[in-house]
Amino acid sequence: MRLKFVVPLIALAALATVLAVGVKRSPEKSTIQSALLGKPAPAFSLPSLTDPAAQVSAAQFAGQPYVLNVWGTWCPECRADHDMLMQAAAEQRLPLVGLNWKDDNAAALAWLAQLGNPYAAVAVDQEGRTAIDFGVYGAPETFLIDAQGVVVHRHVGALTREVWERDFLARLPAGVSPGGAS
Amino acid sequence: MAVARPAAAAQFVLVSAALGALIYAFVSFDFSVLYVASNSNSALPTFYRVAAVWGAHEGSLVLWQWILALWTLAVALLSGRLPITFAARVLGVLGIVSLGFHLFTLVTSNPFERLLPPAFDGRDLNPVLQDPALALHPPLLYTGYVGFAVAFAFACAAMLEGKMDQTWARWTRPWTTAAWAFLTIGIALGSWWAYYELGWGGYWFWDPVENASFMPWLIGTALIHSLAVTDKRGLFKAWTLLLAILAFSMSLLGTFLVRSGVLVSVHSFAADPSRGMFILAFLVVVIGGALSLYAWRAPLLRSPAGFELTARESFLLFNNVLLVIAATVVFGGTLAPLISDALGLGTLSVGTQYFNPTFLLPIIPLLALVSVGIHSNWKRGRIGDKTRVLVRTFALALALALALIYGAYGPAGKWLTPVGAVLGIWIILSSLVDPIDRLRRKMTLPRSVVGMTIAHIALGVFVLSLTVVESYTIERDAALRPGESLQLGRYAYRFEGIEPLEGPNYDGVRGEVTVFRDGKQVGRLFPEKRNYWVQGQVMTEADIDTRWNKNVFAALGEDLGAGSWSVRAQIRPLIDYVWLAALLMALGGAVAASDRRYRLATRTENEPLDVGPGVEGATS
Repeated sequence: MRLKFVVPLIALAALATVLAVGVKRSPEKSTIQSALLGKPAPAFSLPSLTDPAAQVSAAQFAGQPYVLNVWGTWCPECRADHDMLMQAAAEQRLPLVGLNWKDDNAAALAWLAQLGNPYAAVAVDQEGRTAIDFGVYGAPETFLIDAQGVVVHRHVGALTREVWERDFLARLPAGVSPGGAS
Repeated sequence: MAVARPAAAAQFVLVSAALGALIYAFVSFDFSVLYVASNSNSALPTFYRVAAVWGAHEGSLVLWQWILALWTLAVALLSGRLPITFAARVLGVLGIVSLGFHLFTLVTSNPFERLLPPAFDGRDLNPVLQDPALALHPPLLYTGYVGFAVAFAFACAAMLEGKMDQTWARWTRPWTTAAWAFLTIGIALGSWWAYYELGWGGYWFWDPVENASFMPWLIGTALIHSLAVTDKRGLFKAWTLLLAILAFSMSLLGTFLVRSGVLVSVHSFAADPSRGMFILAFLVVVIGGALSLYAWRAPLLRSPAGFELTARESFLLFNNVLLVIAATVVFGGTLAPLISDALGLGTLSVGTQYFNPTFLLPIIPLLALVSVGIHSNWKRGRIGDKTRVLVRTFALALALALALIYGAYGPAGKWLTPVGAVLGIWIILSSLVDPIDRLRRKMTLPRSVVGMTIAHIALGVFVLSLTVVESYTIERDAALRPGESLQLGRYAYRFEGIEPLEGPNYDGVRGEVTVFRDGKQVGRLFPEKRNYWVQGQVMTEADIDTRWNKNVFAALGEDLGAGSWSVRAQIRPLIDYVWLAALLMALGGAVAASDRRYRLATRTENEPLDVGPGVEGATS
């Protein structure tokens, strides 16, 4: 048995190990990273996309529930996500904060100009540090953060009307008034 | 051994019964079946109720099993000329694969799970899937995927027998080519669907699910070419075996990636870790078994003769190496998020920015070598004799490409534009030289040559049209009120307004856009925005005016209030030729696979087996 004929077998063993780890971890990914759920959202302070001089930080939204949506113009699924975000913004139930992840600023601005801007503010996460803090696996991802700054829900993939109502609106306390987006 | 064929037939009948029962449950609105209740609805039209059978995990597995049973049956019926031991081994390997999938379905994914009390109505088929092209996409794709199981079974049977010769390659070739042709159409159909249905006019996203179908295609393409060498010259035996194993491994890996939910994807429809573990275990057993067999048997294979560097064998070797590199690039990019996660390096996202440039690295040399390789001879180089043909076709290709770029489209400012155009045209011209030469000398053209020529011309058309699409597509999004226009090159889109729309299981709005070219009206487009009731999902239905040389595309974006809508306008030249080229490529495969020499091949008319004498000793 010459060595070079065994190489594929070794490659398979390595691949299977990686895949097994991936499968083991996949439930955490598709539902919620238990580490974050029920814990305070990671603090961030990043440049604003729309106003380069300003900063967008978690502190600005403290005291009210808000949604953090991770997106990028390079992500095809974000376009589907955007449809639902526009509808959600129109409802004005709570502010939507965008986290523009590893993106090109000009492209991101063009996207918002063309498709509409559902966000109360968009933070630019060029290096992806904040996305890592949030344990973002891929865009789009959407987090619901309550008035105490605690992460109460995480959704991976594009939002749909069903998900929005079941997992986001249903988790809001009854007292959240329309127009809370001010 | 005599059991194999009747068993294959029995398996087909039984799996057909299961599939038939599931289709019946869908057509007759049996909402006491959980799977039906989850993926159908009383408002869903009949055609989609049938297609809904493979609209989610459990049913698509049944479809997979049925197609595997169909291939197995085909092998059983058409293997009359094969030695009975060999045929029994092939069917045995296919049986093991089938067994794995049957077990998988029974243990983790019962499609007939009851829902008691029955649902009043179903949750509906995912609206994204309610489309004719997507209804046909999974069956075709699976036929391709699963078809590689036949080549895999032939490889395993050869290794079990310890014999592999040119006759073996001749048996395997038509099966591989047929599977490859189905896979080609399946991928093209999926891409076409993404283009007009997903609503934003893209046609390839390097999405994990797309990659999962593209990797077996790349390896399958390499296998077809390597089989040609094994068939004609008795070389590359171990390599061909490895590719046959790899092609099917990629199919299984694709199934794993799609079904386990380890990768987040545009189309990840099903995700369940227990299923992931099962497929992974199955994958390790099947592929691990085959590769162990390979590690044991392949060193014993002998190749009879060498070849010169400029002989056809070398070019096919380059073809193989470059295709495998290309597949590795896709593989690496697809699995990068998993690997970095497993190694604890944090999350990592890989997108078009990685795939596009990296994939071109092996592909451009590959395309450049196609034209040279076509003119090469078996065994002896003598490429010098062909220099004149090469120079002439290249010069002509250069002239035509420049004429196309400067005459029809104008310079695009990308270096890839001339490169792609020249290579595409050169491949088309080079493919035609040999058949024309043969016809002129009144020689017959065997189907395998005709098929190869068609497929290579299709490759040229594909490269050329893709180059034009990528270089000359123009698009714009704008917010328009009724009566306002947007300008796009020589075209103007005038938004006329919207009207309400009602379908069988959705409502929505339909926009009207009048398209002008140089001020003259050339067409009207009616893009739709549909709201599917049951799942509350909004779908963008683009409208496309298909012309012979371009697509005029319009999609309706968001209602921006006050009568204003965002409208996406796109002019894509030659885009339809990209998919037509894929169809043509598949047609080439079909013609080649139907060549008579494959059907007449029997072991007796061929040279003796050239496996080393040590094999029998090694078995005992």
